[in-house]
Amino acid sequence: MALLKLQINNRSYEADVEEDTPLLWVLRDNLGLVGTKFGCGIAQCGACTVHLDGEAVRSCVLPVSAVGKGKVTTIEGLSENGDHPVQKAWEEVDVAQCGYCQAGQIMTAAAFLKKNPKPTDAQIVETMSGNLCRCGTYHRIKEAVKSAASKTK
Amino acid sequence: MQSIEQTSRRNFLKIAAATGGGLFLGFNWSNAATLPIVVNPEALAAGAVNFNSFLSIGTDNIITIFSPNPEIGQGIKTAFPMIVAEELDADWTLVKTVQANLDTNKYERQVTGGSGAVPHSWERLRKAGATARYLLVESAAKRWNVPASEITTEKGKVFHKTSGKSLTYGELAEDASKIAVPKEIKLKQEKDFTLIGQSVRNVDNKNIITGKPLFGLDFYREGMLFALIQRPKAFGLKLKSVDSAAAKKMPGIVDVVTFENSVAVVGKSTWQVKKAREALKIEYEKEFDLESSADHNRIFKQLLENGEATVRRKNGNVEEAFKNAFKVVTAEYQCPFLPHSPLEPMNFFAHVREDGVELVGPTQTPDRARNEAAKITGFPPEKVTVEITRQGGGFGRRLSADYAIEATHVSKLVKAPVKVIWTREDDMTGGTYRPAVRYRFEAALDKSGQMIGYKLRGVGMNSGNPTREDNFPSGAVDNLLIDSVEHKSPITTGPWRAPITNFLAYAEQSFLDEVAEAAGKDPIQFRLELFEKAKKSPVGEIKYDIDRMVAVTKLAAEKSNWGKKKGVHQGFSVYFSHRSYVAQVGEVVVEKGKPVLKNVIAAVDCGIVINKSGSLQQVRGGVVDGVGHAMYGNMTFKDGAPDQNNFNGFRLIRMSEIPEVDVHFVNNGISPTGLGEPALPPAGAAAANAFYKATKKRLRNQPFTEEEAFKNIS
Ligand code: FES
Ligand code: FES
Repeated sequence: MALLKLQINNRSYEADVEEDTPLLWVLRDNLGLVGTKFGCGIAQCGACTVHLDGEAVRSCVLPVSAVGKGKVTTIEGLSENGDHPVQKAWEEVDVAQCGYCQAGQIMTAAAFLKKNPKPTDAQIVETMSGNLCRCGTYHRIKEAVKSAASKTK
Repeated sequence: MQSIEQTSRRNFLKIAAATGGGLFLGFNWSNAATLPIVVNPEALAAGAVNFNSFLSIGTDNIITIFSPNPEIGQGIKTAFPMIVAEELDADWTLVKTVQANLDTNKYERQVTGGSGAVPHSWERLRKAGATARYLLVESAAKRWNVPASEITTEKGKVFHKTSGKSLTYGELAEDASKIAVPKEIKLKQEKDFTLIGQSVRNVDNKNIITGKPLFGLDFYREGMLFALIQRPKAFGLKLKSVDSAAAKKMPGIVDVVTFENSVAVVGKSTWQVKKAREALKIEYEKEFDLESSADHNRIFKQLLENGEATVRRKNGNVEEAFKNAFKVVTAEYQCPFLPHSPLEPMNFFAHVREDGVELVGPTQTPDRARNEAAKITGFPPEKVTVEITRQGGGFGRRLSADYAIEATHVSKLVKAPVKVIWTREDDMTGGTYRPAVRYRFEAALDKSGQMIGYKLRGVGMNSGNPTREDNFPSGAVDNLLIDSVEHKSPITTGPWRAPITNFLAYAEQSFLDEVAEAAGKDPIQFRLELFEKAKKSPVGEIKYDIDRMVAVTKLAAEKSNWGKKKGVHQGFSVYFSHRSYVAQVGEVVVEKGKPVLKNVIAAVDCGIVINKSGSLQQVRGGVVDGVGHAMYGNMTFKDGAPDQNNFNGFRLIRMSEIPEVDVHFVNNGISPTGLGEPALPPAGAAAANAFYKATKKRLRNQPFTEEEAFKNIS
């Protein structure tokens, strides 16, 4: 066990955990940040996607010890009032069916659009194909990413 | 406002008290005939009245509807209040839904059905809304001393046009609660709907996109322990001995307990119990045969040949028909097992206390969880409470209570609040699958290409009857025999979205395509002729509406420009299931020598569409699900254990693999029927029939990707 300091959503947290614990479980079990979801645990579904220094990463396979001084952003911290352009697009397009995969989808899309604000359809499909949606909301995910892209400067 | 969105009954009662009166209507889901009655809020808060649901209009204008049906992604939490709000002429922005808990003291049993919630509740919800509107209008008439007939309502307000007066519903709610409920109530005409049929967004959107705790897995309670369970690694094994010494010594581990064939590792965090579980040393022994997919293939063939079949439907003289046939078409179709794979794995919270049991989690059948927990703990069912969370998909998996049973056992043994969590591997290997099934079809054609005989035998696994003997083409063929044979397997199986029809529709609609071809007829024309025959001279009982079948068939043909697109290979499929009618055209285009499913055009008759946005997604999602599992879904067994245990081995469809889905609803004003399932069954065959057109290769087994024919072309 080790006492680790973490920077999450512009706040400092401490967690007393084993160093190999994936960031996902530290967020969920130790810090109560349950917006980040567990879907597979092996980097296949993307439900656990968070940002580490702005990069989309799979928190289910990222040992918490590897986070170091890195800045973590979770769905809870993506925006102050749930009004990040990607979140707004998700609401307007009414993407969610069961909703379980959507935090991971939104985090993937937000990191992607930050790097690539004017993506082609093919780039959107390529990036978003890393995230599974068992309910099959893919058409709307694509539409929402496009809509968010058209609104980000 | 925020507290209203929380999903607990206690919160609702707090709201009831806080609004300090207003209009409360109580109504029961079990009886559509009776009208709601006015309830006194104090009595309601004290739990002295016995209703399944409530509609309240607070003095603050907030309209709350209290709904018992669990939300698993089918959109019920949005659709239900829409129906009420329509008849009430409510201001939609002020309507809130509250998810009811299972409460054995105050409510009748809450059971969730498949695609049945909306058709079941349609009328009673409308009556509840219309009754409330009536009371508000009457109270305004009294207050203004004008005839009720001069009063109109719109967006949460009543108006008296001639005097220019208006009041909000909130302002009238107290008065309205003192007016007697009428014996009969008039409902709106469909043409006057202003909300039903519109696109309304998911009421939980805001919480979903900001990551609020909504799902079972998100539930946390002070002092709660986490448990992972080691179940037998193969179906047919039972527990012999457990050595948990090493696991117990690991950090964070509180206890290791055993019940039935399961070993539960209980501790302070998910990761700690996961690691400790790996340190268990368990021995198993064989209780039943350990079946492999190779065994199933052999058993299927054997039972198709000489199994003891149960006759499901018989018309005319099949032997004669086949003896006199000009041409006979025979084909067999098979599908594999499938896990449900809801993205939120199974999980449940249980706290077995001295005075009762508290259960919280994602379940489609809270009453089953309650009754099982009562059995395990010896408490009467009234002492078991169940709080229903939002659910990360269900697809039928959460109709089983196994994981709630586990949580109860573990909490009872460790005497603490416990959440049982399934990893994805647990979820995929832990049982309750869509069973593998094999069908054999035979069709007899006469010289003119008429289908004069039809035979179907299904070999199912633990499914009772793997056919739906009254489905089309039954009723349209003079000589018909449908029977089935059953194999009992120790592998656990259960309902999977669109039970039975999820593959039966594929097999039937693909086979009819083969028969149409043998008859030298266009696949749509061939079906239309059969519908006509069923209409003119029905054979035996017909349990589907022929006109509605014809209507969706023609609509799909029209919208897809059937047979007239250059370079596009089209395949057709039409199916009646779960009370709705859906026809689909799959479109395959050959790109760089490879056939690619580009588009699916769906014509849907589910009666009146309640929420356009939700309905559109149900159909698109159903098609994606149907096509995805037909193409990629494959679960095989070796010695009683699944070969696939996570999404690396078991392939779910991804964004890059989906077709466009073009949806057209039939507008016929018929009362709404289900939509959670009906779009799925026809999807696979629409795709397979289109692939056939492009490649001249029949895809008779799922998944396509494992078919030789498909491998050679893609
Ligand atoms: S839970 Fe991390 S990718 Fe699936
Ligand atoms: S909305 Fe249910 S898994 Fe994506």
